Amino acid sequence: MRLRRAGASALLIECGDGDEVEAWRREVSNRRDAGDLRVIDIVPGARTLLLDGVEPGTDTLIASWPPPARPTPEHREASLVEIPTVFDGDDLADVAELWSTSSDGVVARLVETNFTVAFCGFAPGFAYMRGHELTVPRLDAPRPRVPAGAVGLAGEYCGIYPTASPGGWRLVGHTTTSLFDVRREPPALLAPGTRVRLVAA
Amino acid sequence: MITVVRAGPLTTIQDQGRPAYGHLGVPRSGALDGPALRRANALVGNPIDAAGLETTLMGCALRFERGARVAVTGAVAVVKVDKEPVSGVIDVPAGSVLEVGRATRGVRSYVAVQGGIDVEPVLGSRSTDTLSGLGPPKLVDGTELAIGVGAEPVPRPGLQPDARSRPNRLNKSDLPDAPSHPSRLNKSDLSEFDEISDELELGVWVGPRDDWFEGNELFENPYTVSPMSNRVGCRLGGEALRRSRPGELPPEGMVLGAIQVPADGQPLIFLADHPTTGGYPVIGVVDDVTPLAQARPGSTVRFRAFH
Repeated sequence: MRLRRAGASALLIECGDGDEVEAWRREVSNRRDAGDLRVIDIVPGARTLLLDGVEPGTDTLIASWPPPARPTPEHREASLVEIPTVFDGDDLADVAELWSTSSDGVVARLVETNFTVAFCGFAPGFAYMRGHELTVPRLDAPRPRVPAGAVGLAGEYCGIYPTASPGGWRLVGHTTTSLFDVRREPPALLAPGTRVRLVAA
Repeated sequence: MITVVRAGPLTTIQDQGRPAYGHLGVPRSGALDGPALRRANALVGNPIDAAGLETTLMGCALRFERGARVAVTGAVAVVKVDKEPVSGVIDVPAGSVLEVGRATRGVRSYVAVQGGIDVEPVLGSRSTDTLSGLGPPKLVDGTELAIGVGAEPVPRPGLQPDARSRPNRLNKSDLPDAPSHPSRLNKSDLSEFDEISDELELGVWVGPRDDWFEGNELFENPYTVSPMSNRVGCRLGGEALRRSRPGELPPEGMVLGAIQVPADGQPLIFLADHPTTGGYPVIGVVDDVTPLAQARPGSTVRFRAFH
């Protein structure tokens, strides 16, 4: 772990991998809830955790904490979100080829995976989920419009488009589950740390 | 009720934004020139977080169905009521049209109306987020806006700065937390404000990814504000910043004022509607982005490093 400054009131905790980021996210969130730390926003990334809106001296405070334990199955929150998914994506066959398997093989891999939301970004409620441990490159040219609910893969992540938008992820399916609703609290169904299963529908 | 007679190219409803949802991918949004909106709110006795209007370069025109107390801050622009120039705290009569003219210095004017602009808040804010689409849509000709209730009329404050030479920088501590004490803004506070300038000098906290770059171009050369700038970011043109390592940065959280450097080496400074995560390295973070809210295309920006 390494601390980097990001302006006058933010710190970036740099980690070795996604599990370490999740460990720090839980640690920092728990310490905030306990009143040990004041921070406005805790924003995980792929290999970092951004603490935005901290007071002077927070770097010294964090450096004094023992490194948090990496997440284990017992650590994981009880909440599990199941996303009913129809695996009919236009890029399913391409992903199968990239993974040297069949379309059914891709679906089997995805429905067996215990996903964890690593971070959100790109659009409100767009969750970067990890756990399937296979990668795919993005499309060379993004689609001008990907419909809401499309389930896609890119890099080491699986994601679901909360709203229609341009997008370069390889599409493997779709869901009708609402991922982001401003009338809900929290508005995003999938927040960092949430466990997710894709269930064939 | 207010009817928008002339919306201008981009007039949006803004308040102080929706912080603390960054982990869900929700931008902070809010007034680009936050101090200017806070000051307009203070002038009409509004709470600091009341929603007002943010115009872009060309101002706007509004017809007031009922009389209202209004203040316009931010860019230097002629303000008129029924074609007569006005300044300071303005009591707009029922049926009259308030015209915020083209900005002659700066970019964005802020219109505060006593009671605030009343639209349904989204995640605690009435701000239009031009990146994600959250919040009310941008104003168009004919848009009708409700004015909030609950703000009691306040005595007309003694302070009435000239709207055409108005300063726009204000420290949070200069403003009352509660509404209704605009008279606490005294003239000595205002005389210290910076004028809107076409030559900006911005303080920068170096990092977090300064080690992805070589050379010291950012601090040795002036940069020019690009016309491609918007509420998401201020694009700059100038000496390209040189990377010391190739490749992409795994996506990471971004802060307001982050100087992101895409592949072409031309810096982009994140403003209120910036994405919450990004994959280009951030060479430094601008300490106060407020001057950029008023930086016209072609303005010169120089950076000074904080260590």
